[in-house]
Amino acid sequence: MRDCVYFDNAATTKIKSAVLEAMMPYLTEEYGNPSSIYSLGARAHSAIDEARDQVARAIGAKGREVFFTGGGTEADNWAIKGVALGNRKKGNHIISTAIEHHAVLHTLDYLEKQGFEVTYLPVDEYGRISPEDVKNAIKDTTILITVMFANNEIGVIEPIGEIGAIAKEKGIAFHTDAVQALGHMPIDVNTLNIDLMSLSAHKIHGPKGVGALYVRQGLRMENFLHGGAQEQKRRSGTENVAGIVGFGKAIQLATADIAGHTGKIAAMRDRLIDEIYSRIPYCRLNGPRDGRVCNNVNFSFQYIEGEALLLMLNMKGVAASSGSACTSGSLDPSHVLLAIGLPHEIAHGSLRLSLSDYTTQEDIDYVLEVLPPIVARLRAMSPLYEEIERGVKYV
Amino acid sequence: MYSEKVLDHFENPRNVGEIADANAVGQVGNAKCGDIMKIYMQISDDEVIEDVKFKTFGCGAAIATSSMATEMVKGKSVDEALTLTNKAVMEALDGLPPVKVHCSVLAEEAVRAAIQDYYDRKGIQKKVIEKCSQCCGNCSCGE
Ligand SMILES: Cc1ncc(COP(=O)(O)O)c(C=O)c1O
Repeated sequence: MRDCVYFDNAATTKIKSAVLEAMMPYLTEEYGNPSSIYSLGARAHSAIDEARDQVARAIGAKGREVFFTGGGTEADNWAIKGVALGNRKKGNHIISTAIEHHAVLHTLDYLEKQGFEVTYLPVDEYGRISPEDVKNAIKDTTILITVMFANNEIGVIEPIGEIGAIAKEKGIAFHTDAVQALGHMPIDVNTLNIDLMSLSAHKIHGPKGVGALYVRQGLRMENFLHGGAQEQKRRSGTENVAGIVGFGKAIQLATADIAGHTGKIAAMRDRLIDEIYSRIPYCRLNGPRDGRVCNNVNFSFQYIEGEALLLMLNMKGVAASSGSACTSGSLDPSHVLLAIGLPHEIAHGSLRLSLSDYTTQEDIDYVLEVLPPIVARLRAMSPLYEEIERGVKYV
Repeated sequence: MYSEKVLDHFENPRNVGEIADANAVGQVGNAKCGDIMKIYMQISDDEVIEDVKFKTFGCGAAIATSSMATEMVKGKSVDEALTLTNKAVMEALDGLPPVKVHCSVLAEEAVRAAIQDYYDRKGIQKKVIEKCSQCCGNCSCGE
């Protein structure tokens, strides 16, 4: 049995050694406060400036438009609450989608309780939203459109450029959560007309607890964290210097050869998808075949439940995730799987396998070897499968 | 998250399967909520549960509680089996995470549902189970 075959890179990734090396000085000897004037502090300050430039370059932004945060969740919260509160005189309407990450959805819930109005656009069976729907949802009171770049569960890529063009034409701020897209496709905030964008380091082989919000220069919004003068007086708190430096290095590495990375990972993804289809009956791919992030595979296996599947995979050393209720900590299966129209019982039986640069062909072979017998074993235990067993025979 | 006992009963579930000529079959839960338990029993004329098997669609805890509950009623009299509580199943498994307590409730109900089926087939006028306890707090029974 293999020790840890890691297929949960959409949850988090392994830190790259070059990233850790870049961080180490700032966890040891270079411990100065970046706001201090003596050399030790000044060196920490320039390290942050360099990381800011690395992030800015990766997304086609200016350094002044990049604000470091405590991760993707904070970036989403700040972007949405900041724009909402900063523009409430103009209006109270926000447009979003049914498949956003909880960092966006729960922030919107909160704003609804504060009197904001939110339109959640539906998605098609593959999870795609239609730019036409965005256009039609716009009202005089609309102050923000927030649509994720790529979905964390089913990997669908949304038409961000088209939505950006609509938002620009109407003069409405456009935010995108690009946490799952970063590194897997070229992103240029100017050509895509993105006004605010959330990023997170730990999904691209960087450290946890650090990310960034891109904010287009001149955009009106409120601060989220109040305090000292850090981050151009817009995000207070002594900077997570090592984390920020690690993020800078990670984004530089992640965007150095996007085409090469995407080609390699997508080929493994496609083999995994094809082989699962050919080796396991009664399954379906969730999300589109094309227009999908290169590292995401998400299947539903009928008649079985996802958490049981994860436990059995774990017994074989495979780390993965599921959208079943039992893994979501609530009684309902994933809102994303329900939004693409899956019935509850099929949503409960989902499995997400997410790849990275560290995934090997051997890993793919291994999961393809252990998965079919596990699915068969759980089905043999399932009362839902009895009928099928009696009615249909297959090899 | 799970105790060793839960994981053991999940990895090596006892009494999985069907009984072809069962004289008691009970099913509880529904697919929408993500758990269905079906229990088969062979009950003797002197009301002893001679054999019991289960099939479960559900999470690790659902499978482990089915396994434990069947083990706890096997060889017992019907009356004894009716004293089985979800708490006893949980204790025997060294506890369950709070969100999984409803799995143990389902296991108790599945045992009762099977015994109810036995009574119904025999024409014995006893009621030992409500239709659905709504233990998952989320479903409308039978949907
Ligand atoms: C789409 C998306 N947005 C936001 C987040 C939250 O990012 P973080 O874990 O850095 O707070 C995640 C990751 O969990 C994500 O996948």
